[in-house]
Amino acid sequence: MPVIEARELTKTYGELRAVDAISFEVSPGESFGLLGPNGAGKSTTMRMIGGTSLRSSGRLLVNGLDPEVNGPEVRASLGVVPQQDNLDNELRTRDNLIMYGRYFGLPYRYLRPRADELLEFAQLTEKAGEKVDNLSGGMKRRLTIARALVNEPRILLLDEPTTGLDPQARHILWDRLFRLKEQGVTLIVTTHFMDEAEQLCDRLVVMDHGRIVAEGSPADLIRRFSTREVLEVRFGSDRNAALVDRLRAFADRIEPLPDRVLLYTDDGERALEAVRHAGLTPLTSLVRRSSLEDVFLRLTGRSLID
Amino acid sequence: MSVSTRVAAPRAVRGWLAANSSGNVGAVIERGFAVIRNQNWVIMVSGFFEPVFYLLSMGIGLGGLIGTVAGPGGRPISYAAFIAPALLASSAMNGALYDSTWNVFFKLRFAKLYQGMLATSLGPLDVAAGEIFMALFRGFLYAVGFTGVIAVLGLATSWWALAMIPVALLIALGFAALGMAVTSYFTTFQQMDWINIVLLPMFLFSSTLFPISVFPEAVQWFVMAMPLWHGVELMRQLSVGHFEASTAVHLGYFLVMSVLGVAFTTRRLRSLFLR
Repeated sequence: MPVIEARELTKTYGELRAVDAISFEVSPGESFGLLGPNGAGKSTTMRMIGGTSLRSSGRLLVNGLDPEVNGPEVRASLGVVPQQDNLDNELRTRDNLIMYGRYFGLPYRYLRPRADELLEFAQLTEKAGEKVDNLSGGMKRRLTIARALVNEPRILLLDEPTTGLDPQARHILWDRLFRLKEQGVTLIVTTHFMDEAEQLCDRLVVMDHGRIVAEGSPADLIRRFSTREVLEVRFGSDRNAALVDRLRAFADRIEPLPDRVLLYTDDGERALEAVRHAGLTPLTSLVRRSSLEDVFLRLTGRSLID
Repeated sequence: MSVSTRVAAPRAVRGWLAANSSGNVGAVIERGFAVIRNQNWVIMVSGFFEPVFYLLSMGIGLGGLIGTVAGPGGRPISYAAFIAPALLASSAMNGALYDSTWNVFFKLRFAKLYQGMLATSLGPLDVAAGEIFMALFRGFLYAVGFTGVIAVLGLATSWWALAMIPVALLIALGFAALGMAVTSYFTTFQQMDWINIVLLPMFLFSSTLFPISVFPEAVQWFVMAMPLWHGVELMRQLSVGHFEASTAVHLGYFLVMSVLGVAFTTRRLRSLFLR
C-alpha cells in the first residue's frame, strides 16, 4: 500500500489554482521529490499532506487516512520541516524539542534522552540552554529538522530543507537524511536545487504552475528530456543571440540563455571541436553532463531560480 | 427521533473531534506555563498595574473632587468604590481580548507558532482551547490581585466581592471566545485596529466612570445592549452585595455570550488555523 496517494489533488485561492489536479503515489521507504520553482505549488501540496491546509477538491490518503478527517492521527507519524523555520522563540533550544514532543503526547522520560540525542544529531549540544533568537540561521534550520524527528516519524516532509545552509551544512544534512532513509523512513522533499534532488530523490515529479509536468527518477528524466552532455558556450552577451541560428547545426537541440547558449548533444567535446572548426570561437566553453536543471529548462522554458 | 439519527449525532461529534483534536490540550497549557516561567515577570505585572493606576488616579484623585455617588440600589458610595468594580470588568475584557485577538493574530501570522503546533498531532481545537485557558489563567491572576487591592482600600463592603473573581473569568471567557472567532476573519494588522475602535468607546461609555443615567434614553438602550455594561453593573452589584432581578440578566448575558462565543469560535476553527 502506498504511504501517500493523491488523486486530482487541487487547491485554489480565489482565482489562483495553486495546485491543479495533481496525482501521485509514494511507496514506503521511498525518497520522493517535488521539484519546481517558487510558486509551483510544492509547499501547498506539503501542507495538504499534513492536513494543515484544506484541499479544494480531489482525494488524498496518508497511511490510508484522509488528513482532513484524521489530522491528529495522520500527523502522529509525520515529521514536518517547513520552508520557514517556525521555532518557538519563547522557549530555549532544548525546550523547543521537548515541548514539541509534548504536543505529540510523548512522556518526559522518553523526551529528555531523545532531546539530548537530537541535539547531538543537530550539533547543538552546546546551545541546549540558548535562546532560539540567538542561534544562527543554519543552527535554527538544524534545530527545526531535529525537532521534526522527535516523534520518530515514518514519513518526513522536508520543504526546501537546505535553503540558506552553507555547502558544508548541506552535505551534513544530506548525510543525516540518507541515514534516516536507510532506517526505512519515507522522505518527501521539495527543492529547487537540482543537485539536492539528484542526491536525495529516488523519484521525483517536476511541478510548474500547480501541475505535474513530468515524473521519473533523476536519471530517467535526464534520459527522456535531455541529452547525455551539454556544451555551454559564451560569445559575449550581444553576439550570443546572433549566433544561435548558426549553432543549431552542431547540436540535437539548442537553448539560448541571456548570458550563454546551451548545446544539447551526446558528445560535447566533439560539438565544441565542430563549432571551433566552423570558425566560431567562443570566449569561454564548458562541457558537462546533463542535469535536472536542463530537464526543467526543457519542460518549462524557464530556469528554476530566476 | 429515529434510532439512526440518535446514533449518527454522536458519531458526527466523534468524527469532528478526530479531525480537530488529539485531546492533548494539556500540552498547549504546559507550553503556556513554560513560557511564563521563562518570561520577564515585569510583563506579567504590568497587566496587573493598569487598572490599579486608573483606580488610584481617577478613583482617589478625581474622586476627591466628586465625593460620593449613587451606588447599586441608590445607596451612596465613594467615587472610587463606584469605578473599582467597573475597572475590574474592563480589565477582564481588555486582557481576554488582547490575548485572543492581537496575540493569536501575531502567533498565527508572524511568529508562526501555531503552524508549528499544528504540524504535530495537536488539532486546532486543542490549540484554541489551550490558548483560551491561558488567557483565563492570566485573567484570574489579575482579578485576584485587583480584588485584593479593592479590599485593602476598603472599597468592597460585602463578602460577595469575592465572587467578582469567577465573574471576571466569565467576562473574560465571553470576550476571548468572541475575539478569537472575529480574528479568524482578519488578514491584516490594519483590520485588527477595528477591535480598538470598538473597545475604547465601549470602555468609556459603559457606565464605567459615570452612571448611565446621564445619557438620553435612546443612547442608554444602546449602551445596555453592549456586553461591557452588563459586566460593569454585575461587578458593581457584587462589590456591595446588592442583588435585584437585573443581576440575573447581567449574568445570563455573559453565560449566553460565552456559549455563543465558544460555538462561533468552534465553527471558525478550521478557517482560523487551517488555510
